[in-house]
Amino acid sequence: MARRVRRLAGIGLLLAPFAALLWVAGYDRAMPTLAGIPFFYWYQLAWVGVVAVLIKVAARLLGDDA
Amino acid sequence: MSAHAGPLASLIFASLFIAVTVIGFLAARWHKADLGQLHEWGLGGRRFGTLITWFLLGGDLYTAYTFIAVPALMFGAGAVGFFAVPYTILIFPILFAVYPRLWSEAQQKGYLTAADFVRGRFDAPLLAAAIAVTGIIATLPYIALQLVGMEVVLAGLGLNGEWPLLLAFAVLAAYTWTSGLRAPAMIAIIKDALIYVTILAAVIIIPAKLGGYGAIFAAVPRTKLLLQAGSANNWGGQSAYATLALGSAAALFLYPHAITGVLSSSGREVIRRNATILPAYSLALGLIALLGYMALAAGVGQMPAFAYGFHQFGANFAVPALFLKSFPDWFVGVAFAAIAIGALVPAAIMSIACANLFTRNLWKEFVAPTCSGAQEGRIAKWTSLVVKLGALAFILALPHAYAIQLQLLGGIWIIQTLPAVILALYSQRLHPRALFLGWASGLAAGTAMAGSLHFKSAIYTLHIGTVSIPCYAALSALLLNIVVSYGLSLVWPSRHLGTQ
Repeated sequence: MARRVRRLAGIGLLLAPFAALLWVAGYDRAMPTLAGIPFFYWYQLAWVGVVAVLIKVAARLLGDDA
Repeated sequence: MSAHAGPLASLIFASLFIAVTVIGFLAARWHKADLGQLHEWGLGGRRFGTLITWFLLGGDLYTAYTFIAVPALMFGAGAVGFFAVPYTILIFPILFAVYPRLWSEAQQKGYLTAADFVRGRFDAPLLAAAIAVTGIIATLPYIALQLVGMEVVLAGLGLNGEWPLLLAFAVLAAYTWTSGLRAPAMIAIIKDALIYVTILAAVIIIPAKLGGYGAIFAAVPRTKLLLQAGSANNWGGQSAYATLALGSAAALFLYPHAITGVLSSSGREVIRRNATILPAYSLALGLIALLGYMALAAGVGQMPAFAYGFHQFGANFAVPALFLKSFPDWFVGVAFAAIAIGALVPAAIMSIACANLFTRNLWKEFVAPTCSGAQEGRIAKWTSLVVKLGALAFILALPHAYAIQLQLLGGIWIIQTLPAVILALYSQRLHPRALFLGWASGLAAGTAMAGSLHFKSAIYTLHIGTVSIPCYAALSALLLNIVVSYGLSLVWPSRHLGTQ
């Protein structure tokens, strides 16, 4: 059972970037800016770092049965 | 600042280019072997370790696409060009989840190309041939994009007309011929070094000169800064953006050169580990994309000195113009060499992957099943040459106001191999004949959509009821392909249940 939960959580982490980046209406705006950079741009650049972490955690959760 | 770089830039550019050419020819001696044999010429004797393999594969992300095509779209069309960032982020969860599985199947059964998988799984030669032909045709415009990138920087150096491009083309063809995959593998290391230096200089020095990133974004016209928001009746630029990102991400690892790169890595763990390390490339790509806005802020489009370049190449001239304006002469030479060599390496890798595909899955399969290793090698060399000529034809035949259209067109075609290559990995139910008809309908629909836009755009607006949905044609055509593949598989009971 615990294995099943870990597996679902791992798959969820891998799907999260798709939800976050393909729902464009969620981030297609200028505010809040970060150091003069509109939200649209820094939000997506920030996801580069997030996805690397998510994949790392997913790898732990899934073991070798991805 | 002048229209073209000074003699120092050309001198440095030429020295770097000649150095790389010499290395390309010398690469034939690296792990010396009989380069008449296909597996030696086209796969480096399958001797490349993890590091070289990833120089090859990671290097695929830095091509003329990154340096010329994406910033050009930002410069000319604005926010939509930034889709390259979500695109290159989404490739990594896909790489992580799907490709270790593909690698395992390839390892067990000795597969090297996408068509090998299809051949082995279904024993359907026609479907395998369709997959092989698609791989080759889809790579042609991608190689053409590299040649456009080279053309643009050569013009920036003041080398106009056809002959500089033909010369660069001849050099590329000659060392691919003699050294095979060893040449781009060796050059890839130098290419990456040059590119890192250029990126660092570009994202630090240019924003500093322009007053920081805030000032750069302030100079971008309001209408270009964000996407056109959707409404209930028209999903607008946002649906175009999302489908461009998803479609491009699903397509990338289906290209022959990418599949060969993934499969030649030394194990499942290597693929998974790299899926967590490689996103660093995406950050650099995002910053390079912003060079398009820096070119807007620097006002190069209005400068008489660059009018000639923009007239000839459109927005594709934005980055060369920005570099000419911002860098001292000697560094223009380094940066332009980085872009040109950065186009040369993937062009070589892509043409070699096409040559492998043709020789293994078409020539040996249908024409000469008993041909010797030496004959295979000779066929592959000729194929690599023909493929490059085909890419040249693409440049001459299609309009390229935005070079990125060439890559998007390749995506429309290559993504049609996804059901047979990837979905069949998970679903035993798919029938080869259904997959073939799905492939054919996806290919026909995708090409028709691009054709109706005169190959100038890849965003085809679907009208469903009263709602308009602008969508990347690769994705809508793939949807049709999947529906046909699964639908007909229900009608025809599968005959290959025993193979799994």
